[in-house]
Amino acid sequence: MPTTADQTTLHVPQGPALGDAPSRPRPHTGRRARRGKRLLNRSTPYLFLLPALAFMGVGLLYPVCRSVWLSFQDWKLGMAPESAVFSGWENYLSLLRDPNVYTSTGVTLTFAFTVVVLEVLLGVALALLLERPIRGMSLFRTVFILPMMVAPVVVGLIWRFMYSEQFGILNKIAKAVGIGGVPWLSSQEMALTSVIIADVWQWTPFIFILAMAALQSLPASAIEAARVDGANTWQTIWHVKLPLMMPVIIIATLLRLIDAFKVLEVIYIMTDGGPGLSTEILSLHIYKTAFVSQQLGRASALSNLLLLIVLALSVALFVFSKARERQARKVAM
Amino acid sequence: MVEIVLENVAKRFGPISVIEGLNLTMRDNEFTVLVGPSGCGKSTTLRMIAGLEDVSDGEIYINGKPVSHLEPKERDIAMVFQDYALYPHMNVARNMSFALRLAHYDRAEIARRIEQVADMLGIRELLGRKPRELSGGQRQRVAMGRALVRDASTFLFDEPLSNLDAKLRTQMRAELALMRQRIRKNMIYVTHDQIEAMTLGDRIIVMSKGKIMQAGTPEELFKRPANKFVAGFIGSPSMNFFDAELASNDGPLAVVGDGFSLGLPLDAAGRLKAHRGRPITIGIRPTAFQVVADGQSAENAIRAPVVVSEYIGSNSIVMSEIGHTQVTIDIGSDAPIAVGESVQVRVAPEAIYLFDPATERVL
Ligand SMILES: Nc1ncnc2c1ncn2[C@@H]1O[C@H](COP(=O)(O)OP(=O)(O)OP(=O)(O)O)[C@@H](O)[C@H]1O
Ligand SMILES: [Mg+2]
Repeated sequence: MPTTADQTTLHVPQGPALGDAPSRPRPHTGRRARRGKRLLNRSTPYLFLLPALAFMGVGLLYPVCRSVWLSFQDWKLGMAPESAVFSGWENYLSLLRDPNVYTSTGVTLTFAFTVVVLEVLLGVALALLLERPIRGMSLFRTVFILPMMVAPVVVGLIWRFMYSEQFGILNKIAKAVGIGGVPWLSSQEMALTSVIIADVWQWTPFIFILAMAALQSLPASAIEAARVDGANTWQTIWHVKLPLMMPVIIIATLLRLIDAFKVLEVIYIMTDGGPGLSTEILSLHIYKTAFVSQQLGRASALSNLLLLIVLALSVALFVFSKARERQARKVAM
Repeated sequence: MVEIVLENVAKRFGPISVIEGLNLTMRDNEFTVLVGPSGCGKSTTLRMIAGLEDVSDGEIYINGKPVSHLEPKERDIAMVFQDYALYPHMNVARNMSFALRLAHYDRAEIARRIEQVADMLGIRELLGRKPRELSGGQRQRVAMGRALVRDASTFLFDEPLSNLDAKLRTQMRAELALMRQRIRKNMIYVTHDQIEAMTLGDRIIVMSKGKIMQAGTPEELFKRPANKFVAGFIGSPSMNFFDAELASNDGPLAVVGDGFSLGLPLDAAGRLKAHRGRPITIGIRPTAFQVVADGQSAENAIRAPVVVSEYIGSNSIVMSEIGHTQVTIDIGSDAPIAVGESVQVRVAPEAIYLFDPATERVL
C-alpha cells in the first residue's frame, strides 16, 4: 500500500538531520536522507499499529503464555503460587488417560457439529423463504433476530424454565396434546438434545442475517437469466443462489463452529453438564476442573487442547477468506 | 407459428409511467427491431414480453393466449440481457449449457450446440473461463451464445452488440443476418445502431418516451417518416430541420426561411392548402443536397458557408449555417471543401419533408 504510506509521511515531521522542511520534501535530498525517509515510509504503518499490538500482547498473549506455562505445573487453586511444582507433560498425559475427557470431547463434538449443521440449514432455508417481500416481513425479521441479542445467561434461564418438568410451558403443551411429561433436562438421552435446541434457537438468527445479506447482494440479473433459461424456483436456488451465497455461508459456518466449541454459560445454567456427563462440554469440564477440583495445571492443559481445536478452525477461516479476497480482487481488475 | 401481440400495454414503476398504451403485433418469424433514445422503455418492453416485469395494464398475447400470469420459463423465450447477466460462478461453457441441461438435452447434443455457437461467435477458446476473466465484449458474446444455443420460439436481444468494436460488430451483424435466414424464429432486437436496425429488421419500431412513434419496414421509415421524431431518428447523419413559412395562396408553392426559399412539388398543393401563409417545419436529409458548380444557376439553390468539414474517405460531411440553423450536408465523394469557403447546393422539391410545427406530424 505505497500510497497510504506516502500520504502518511507527508504529515510526519522529519528530524532535523534529514535537512528537509517538515511538510514539503525538496526534490533533491541526500542519499542518507533518502534512506531515512524510506525507512520511515516503511515503518509508519507499524508505528500506528504499535498501541494496538501492545494492547493485544498484554490482553491476549500474556494469558495464553501463562496458561501454557501453567499447564506444565502442578498447582492447586488457593495455594500460594510459589507452591506450584513443575510437572512436565504429566497434566497432558493424565488427560489422555481420563475417560471423562474423551466423553466430554465427544459431547463437545456432537454438540458443536449438530448445532452448526442445524443452524446453517435452518438459517439459510429461512433466508431463502423470507427473501420475497411479504407484508409485515420487516417486523418478523426483527423479532426473529432477537434471541441472538439476549445474554447467554438469560437464554439459559429462559430455557431452563421452559424445560422445567412441572412448570415448564413445553411440558404443559405436551400434556395438553396428550404426550405426557418429557424429561427434557433430567434424562441422559434427552438433555443434550434439549441443550442443542436452545442453542439452535439462539444462533440460527446469526446465520439467517448473514444469509439474508448474501441473498440481497446477489446479482439480480443472473437470477432473472435463470428464470428465462427455464429454471424453476428450486433449480434457481440450487444452481444459482446457493453457489453464489457459498462464500458467506462457509464463513458463517466457521464462525459458528468456533463459537460452538467455546459455549459455556447456557449449558452451565441449564444442566451444569448433567445428568451424568451427558451435556458436559469441554469448556464446562475445564471450568469444573479449575474451580471445583481446583486443579489449575490440568485445567490449563485441557484449555490449551481446546484452544488448538479452535485455532485450527480459525486458521481454516483465515485461509479461506484470504483466498476469497484474492479472487475478489481478480474480479475487480 | 408464433405471434406476439401487445395490447394497450402500460407499465408504471410506482407513480412513474414508463410505457403507455403500447399496441404492437409481431408476426410469426419476424425480425422486429426496437429503436429509440436511451430511457424510452425498450428494455422494459422486452422484459415485459419475457415475463420479468408485470404489465401494469393491458395484456400480452403469445399465439393468441394471454401470458400475463405465466412465468418466463413458460413463455418459451430466450433473451440476451443488456447487462449480460451471466452466471458468475459458471464458466462460459456451463453458462451456455445451463438452459439445455435444465431441459435434459443429452450431453453430445449440448456439446455440439455449444461448439457450433461458440465458433460462430468466436469464443471457442474462452469456454473454460469464468465471466470475471472476460472482457466486456467477450462477456457480451457469451451472453449472446447462451441465448443462441437454445430452441426457444422467440429470441429477445437487448443491445447484444453494443460493446463490440466496429469490426467485430460488422462481423457479428453478418452472422446474425445469416443465422436469421437459417432459423426462422421470432426475434425482437433492441439497438442504438442505425445500420443494425436497417439491415437486420423486417420491421422497425421507433419508440419515444414509452410510446410508439412509428412502425414499419426500414424503407418506409426512411422514406415516409410519419413525424418529425422518426424523420430525425432514422438516417445517419440525421435530417436537418428548418423553421420556415409556407408562401401564401397568391404566391408560388414555396417555403421561405431565413436564408433560403425553396419550391415545393406541385402535387403537394392540395394537402398544404390549410397551411398556406403559416409557419411550417421543413426537413432535408444531408444526402438530399446536391452540389451545384459555382456560377451555374439552378432552381432551389442555397449557398452554404462551410463551418466544419469532415472528410471520411468515402464521402465528405460538411457542417454549415444557413440563416441561423446548423445544417449537415453530405457532399458525396467530391473533394473536401475547406473551412471558410462556401458551397452551392440544390435540393430537389421532392426531397423536402414538411411537418406541422405544432403536432410535428408530417404534412
Ligand atoms: N425498476 C425501475 N424503477 C423505476 N423506474 C425504472 C425501472 N426500470 C426502468 N425504469 C425507468 O423506465 C424508463 C425506461 O427504462 P428502460 O430500461 O426500458 O430504457 P431503455 O429504452 O432500455 O434505455 P437504454 O437504451 O438506455 O437501455 C427509464 O426512464 C428508467 O429510468
Ligand atoms: Mg435498455
